[in-house]
Amino acid sequence: MHLTLRVWRQKDAWDPGGFQTYSTTDVSTDMSFLETLDLVNEDLILKGEDPIAFDHDCREGICGTCGIVIDGHPHGPLPATTTCQLHMRLFNDGDTITVEPWRARAFPVIKDLVVDRRSLDRIIAAGGYISVSTGRAPEAIAIPVPMDTTEMAMDAASCIGCGACVAACPNASAMLFTAAKVAHLGLLPQGQPEGYDRVLNMVTAMDDEMFGACTNTGECEAACPKKIFIKWIARMNRDHVMATILSRPTTRRAHGVSSRAALTDR
Amino acid sequence: MWDFCGMSRDRLGLTDALEQIPALRQEFWEDVCVLGASEELNQSLEKAGRVADFLELAELMCRDALERDESCGYHFREDHQTRDGEGLRNDKDFSHIAAWEYTGHDRAPMRHTEPLMFEFVTPTQRSYG
Repeated sequence: MHLTLRVWRQKDAWDPGGFQTYSTTDVSTDMSFLETLDLVNEDLILKGEDPIAFDHDCREGICGTCGIVIDGHPHGPLPATTTCQLHMRLFNDGDTITVEPWRARAFPVIKDLVVDRRSLDRIIAAGGYISVSTGRAPEAIAIPVPMDTTEMAMDAASCIGCGACVAACPNASAMLFTAAKVAHLGLLPQGQPEGYDRVLNMVTAMDDEMFGACTNTGECEAACPKKIFIKWIARMNRDHVMATILSRPTTRRAHGVSSRAALTDR
Repeated sequence: MWDFCGMSRDRLGLTDALEQIPALRQEFWEDVCVLGASEELNQSLEKAGRVADFLELAELMCRDALERDESCGYHFREDHQTRDGEGLRNDKDFSHIAAWEYTGHDRAPMRHTEPLMFEFVTPTQRSYG
């Protein structure tokens, strides 16, 4: 296949950036989208030009490292698929494909298609964990968890933190990501003791990172490579209301996220 | 590495590899082309650094494979095999684990060994029979 790629090139966060057009032949239909970028880069290297920077790691759809906007769709037009698992048979010979980085205020561009997603890490650091000692694994029968609940927790836990939800959202909101993490821990017994702190602190961290709010557009769910349900956002909002009403302010702790985190009376 | 330090290796191939690697490494350091700039994210530099590491590790792997003059588990030396083509162990001389100490740039690493003691079972050639 012969393809024309319009690729966003940007030296660093301060460079205004712009599209560069690259023409590539010998694209096999079996190649992944990242392999096509490798092919373009091999050409650029031979010509002595700076190759396109892009993030990648496992290339098997489980790590959440890769992620680019392809023809306006985060991870490309195929549902429930990461960029590395998007194959070129989806495109036609002669196509022109536009390739851009995630675009959000909370994800500054590092270079070309690589963005800084540490803002998501800081949301996790604010409460996406269990720090109470639960001791050794209890007898399974001691804390019965219905199968449906474990399945739901697993669904929420399948979020790989790629940031496609943020890139898809017109408000650049990280609500789907944060809600998935809150739901994953909040559905299980081990997550209960810190439940109120978790949702309050994680939502505060999310706001501090300048992510937008949710307006129920649903683009996040459509773009998510792991099919995270938008219903988790409703669940997180309910948790947040409950925590605001019921938690004792003295139990809220800042987790080194920001001076405002956990201190704001929401 | 695939040809000389792969799933089966022998003295001749490993010696050959140990002669070729320093030349390859010198060629790498003299001819390497690292694109991009220094004041920005540079994935080309990241890759070049990894290749440099691999060129050092490759030499150490060959050196280690040559030094262990027996077949043992996954280390199959073609020059140490039974008539059936199974790995021929030499527990008299190689019943130890070994670690290499870095002794400085362009200096041969030093091999340290720690003997392995077996009280109840003794190592033996694996039998699939």
